[in-house]
Amino acid sequence: MSLSRAEVERIALLGRLQLSEAELAAMTEQLGQVIGYMDLLSELNTDDVEPMAHAVEISNVFRPDELTPSYDRSTMLARAPHADGEFYLVPAVLGD
Amino acid sequence: MNESYTTIIGLEVHVQLLTRTKLFCGCSTKFGAPPNTQTCPICTGLPGTLPVMNRRAFELALRTAVALNCQIARYTKWDRKQYYYPDLPKGYQISQYDLPFSSDGYLEIRDPKARFEPKRVGIIRAHLEEDAGKSMHDEKAGEADSKIDLNRAGTPLLEIVSQPDMRSPLEAAAYLDELKLLLTYLEVSDCNMQEGSLRVDANVNIHVHQPDGHRIPTPIVEVKNMNSFRAVERALAYEAERQYEVFQQTGQRLGQVPKQTRGWDDVENITRAQRHKEESSDYRYFPDPDLVPVTVTDQQIEAVQAGLGELPADLRHRLELTYNLTPYDSDVIVNKGRGLVDYYLQTAELCGDGKLASNWVTQDVLRELKERKLSIDEFPLRPPALADLLKKVKAGDIDTTRGREVFLAMLAGGRSAEAVMAEMGFEKVDESALVELCRELVEANPKLVADVKAGKLQAAGAFVGQAKKKNPNVNPGRVREICLELIGKM
Amino acid sequence: MSSLADRTATELLADLSSGRLTSVEVTQAFVDRIEAHDKKVGAFLRFDSLPALEQARQVDQRRRAGQPVGRLAGLPVAVKDLLCSRDEKTTCASRILADFVAPYDATVVARLKAADAVLIGRTNLDEFAMGGSTENSAFQKTRNPWDLERTPGGSSGGAAACVAASMAPLSIGTDTGGSIRQPAGLCGVTGLKPTYGRVSRFGLVAFASSLDQIGPLASNAQDAALLLEVIAGHDAYDSTSVDRPVPAYSQSVRQPLEGLTLGLVREHFGEGLNGEVEAAVRETVGVYRSLGAKVKDISLPHSKYGVAAYYIIAPSEASSNLARYDGVHYGYRTDEKAMQAELAAERQRFESAGNKRAIDEMDTPLVRLYRRSRAEGFGAEVKRRIILGTYALSAGYADKFYLKALKVRRLIRQDFDKAFQEVDLILGPVTTSPAFKIGEKVNDPLAMYLVDLYTVSANLAGIGGIAFPCGFSSGGLPIGVQLQAPPFEEDRLLRACHMYQQATEWHKRRPVL
Repeated sequence: MSLSRAEVERIALLGRLQLSEAELAAMTEQLGQVIGYMDLLSELNTDDVEPMAHAVEISNVFRPDELTPSYDRSTMLARAPHADGEFYLVPAVLGD
Repeated sequence: MNESYTTIIGLEVHVQLLTRTKLFCGCSTKFGAPPNTQTCPICTGLPGTLPVMNRRAFELALRTAVALNCQIARYTKWDRKQYYYPDLPKGYQISQYDLPFSSDGYLEIRDPKARFEPKRVGIIRAHLEEDAGKSMHDEKAGEADSKIDLNRAGTPLLEIVSQPDMRSPLEAAAYLDELKLLLTYLEVSDCNMQEGSLRVDANVNIHVHQPDGHRIPTPIVEVKNMNSFRAVERALAYEAERQYEVFQQTGQRLGQVPKQTRGWDDVENITRAQRHKEESSDYRYFPDPDLVPVTVTDQQIEAVQAGLGELPADLRHRLELTYNLTPYDSDVIVNKGRGLVDYYLQTAELCGDGKLASNWVTQDVLRELKERKLSIDEFPLRPPALADLLKKVKAGDIDTTRGREVFLAMLAGGRSAEAVMAEMGFEKVDESALVELCRELVEANPKLVADVKAGKLQAAGAFVGQAKKKNPNVNPGRVREICLELIGKM
Repeated sequence: MSSLADRTATELLADLSSGRLTSVEVTQAFVDRIEAHDKKVGAFLRFDSLPALEQARQVDQRRRAGQPVGRLAGLPVAVKDLLCSRDEKTTCASRILADFVAPYDATVVARLKAADAVLIGRTNLDEFAMGGSTENSAFQKTRNPWDLERTPGGSSGGAAACVAASMAPLSIGTDTGGSIRQPAGLCGVTGLKPTYGRVSRFGLVAFASSLDQIGPLASNAQDAALLLEVIAGHDAYDSTSVDRPVPAYSQSVRQPLEGLTLGLVREHFGEGLNGEVEAAVRETVGVYRSLGAKVKDISLPHSKYGVAAYYIIAPSEASSNLARYDGVHYGYRTDEKAMQAELAAERQRFESAGNKRAIDEMDTPLVRLYRRSRAEGFGAEVKRRIILGTYALSAGYADKFYLKALKVRRLIRQDFDKAFQEVDLILGPVTTSPAFKIGEKVNDPLAMYLVDLYTVSANLAGIGGIAFPCGFSSGGLPIGVQLQAPPFEEDRLLRACHMYQQATEWHKRRPVL
């Protein structure tokens, strides 16, 4: 199992990364190797194994529906790369 | 409606749950605050923050699912749905994917005007998730920056996905009305579409009838941007016709083109295709490692069930059975909400005549509520006072027309029926005095008596008119009865 | 020359409590060490003596006034630059957060503050904790104090190096696949990765949420116990933190374990294990035998799948956790004008070539803003893992990779559960070899990933582990040994480590700088 350059390009868009030609080439090769190594797992039969998503088996953790003070807008917007004092700003979103 | 096809509709409804705080943090969910004033590090996804689930949100969601007759999962988990959008600060939405907490329910719909047969609309699933923030785009797209308000980000939403069981826009509207009513009864959501606490997307296609009896399904279209139930009805009607036209031109069937998303344009009254990049639909769901699963026991579900109270469908049934109301009347009362139902039930019990109470509540009370822009809880005339009045009407102490005058005076002055009647000089005329009066009239009007005897019963009406002139308090019905009786004996 | 900085945290704390030493004196000793040596080592990303000394002064004042002081009152603690501290920078060693100031405290930081620890500085790491050499820091390299040509390991390389170089008596690290134990092993210090859920992750910038744990690094088990005792415990802000009492580790650590049975994992001594490392580990077994421990050969049959499963699960979670760095709400954003110009140039190029399809497929300005901000903000290893994780979760591959890895994870956990029915602790190497040279593995990600061979399984299983020095290579590099315990048996790990450290002197050796 290996990885094609086109696949890396598609994944890079999905993961919102812009890769240079050189990065794309290096990534395709390096990740190809890594994914090849992952093939090791296919020798295991795991049909009857429950997936384990959590490292501790706890359940039903809730918080009460109680208000805590929100942060000042100025505090929150202070770390925004682009804001107008009321809103976070991004380049115009067209269509959808 | 076009007879050449059947419309197939499924609805996805998002409702905001009535919690005080967001799903994963203590920020307020109140509508209408200035932008970005109800946020904190958690709901804005600052590095290092973690979600902890709001117990009330889960309880409200559970309550709704039980009321929707859903199967409740004994084990449920939370998943991340990943996509990039500026109003989604973590880059993923915490939602439920393969193990929603509820599935396989139904909601019964019917039309009191009987334009469609009563039916069950299946519920595929209901799941809990967090809302995104709000993006505001410049009217002249591309001219100015888009603005992001994260106040709404993290508000608890219940997504209710129906089966494609509806066969007309009318059925879809009935489903939405009934769902909204149920949610209001359950007090889980205020369902205010203007404030975005209820949102509807529709999946629609048509099955085109062929001469040989076959039906050809057209590609499914998702319709968005419908801002009222009325808009849903119109958008679906438009979309079905549009698909029929497209089918006639292209013959395109289900499966031949990818699923399309179209937005409803409320001004032009059309749906428009929305641009969607294909890659954006790869949401890469996986279990959120920051949240732990929730387990639900049989006892919990039983307790929720027991605490639901009477729901709209049960109430209608009870009104029809116990008080002999027509489906139309029970619908009018129940659809106005639990407050009016309680008002009606008390009035009916106290006056001892469900039908009479229904007439007054659905006509006079509702009319006054509407005129005065009051809710039933604010209505000054409470059930005991109304029931007193109705008892007098029922006993024939006062006729309906005068009853209405008394009703309005009670409403204006906050006094009892008795007091108003006394003040207005409405008092019951003694039976013997009434008989005496009738006797006088009969004797004084041999022409009318002859008419009645000849079978012109309407002539009796003239006695009523004359009686009222002599004594405005007489009961017209009783006057008529006595006069006829006297004439019969002559 | 013997300095205050060469003494253990426990000793210093005793003298601080008794009034024999002031916090200013202690803090000054470490400040002096940092000022003298950190130019060479590069353990600290940020260090400012003034606020540290001011904090020390305040603790001294309160102590003198007879006011109550916290558990670590006046003792310097270094914090990995991956935990948020209110109104201070937290960079995660990434350009994308180079100027990020958190408006809140991580729970662990809040607990350190409540314990009156002197927060002496922020230590270097691999960007977002992704790496095993601290070479992936966007800002600087950290060098192994034992050999400045070599890496300290990672990702908590700064955290381990600063303890090894006596620049801090106590240090907070994080461990997702070995990031405390591996640098502890390579730098010759004691580092403990607690059971998942033992220490709150709130305020720890997530790498892989189901694997990340915060833990202590120190000169010995007793000091590590002291720090763990302060930071462990349930936190209502972390749904995965476990609500169970925190033992008084710093007290119990001195009690030797009786009737101890150690397990030696057959699979740990296979090919690839450096001879000197193997010898040192086997010698450690001998020490434990002499202390009365029994030793059993055991098998963890799925351990060889650990790295593969780990490098699917960790990047998958990371790809999701790092999606929030998009240049919209905080952090680095690309130059918008340059971005718009780039798009305009592209469009023109496609137009003149008449390539309508390419025009249709062009990024929107918003998508390009994301892509450029992230491309410029993240380093190569972070990008690799985002791509790897995005791939492993994407449609058509999720079952083969992500889901499969979760199943293998279960098998690995079951191996441990079975093993711990037979033995109290598992003993083995931390890494296959002592510290490697800077630059040696930077262009070979797979080789770098395989360094984590002996450490990732504990993270996958969620169990605790401790690494500490058990010898030195012929080249004078520390060799580490690792103990692993059943869930929530940190106490057992610390006591076993302390037993060994009572019988040996390896942990007392310090590099000459």
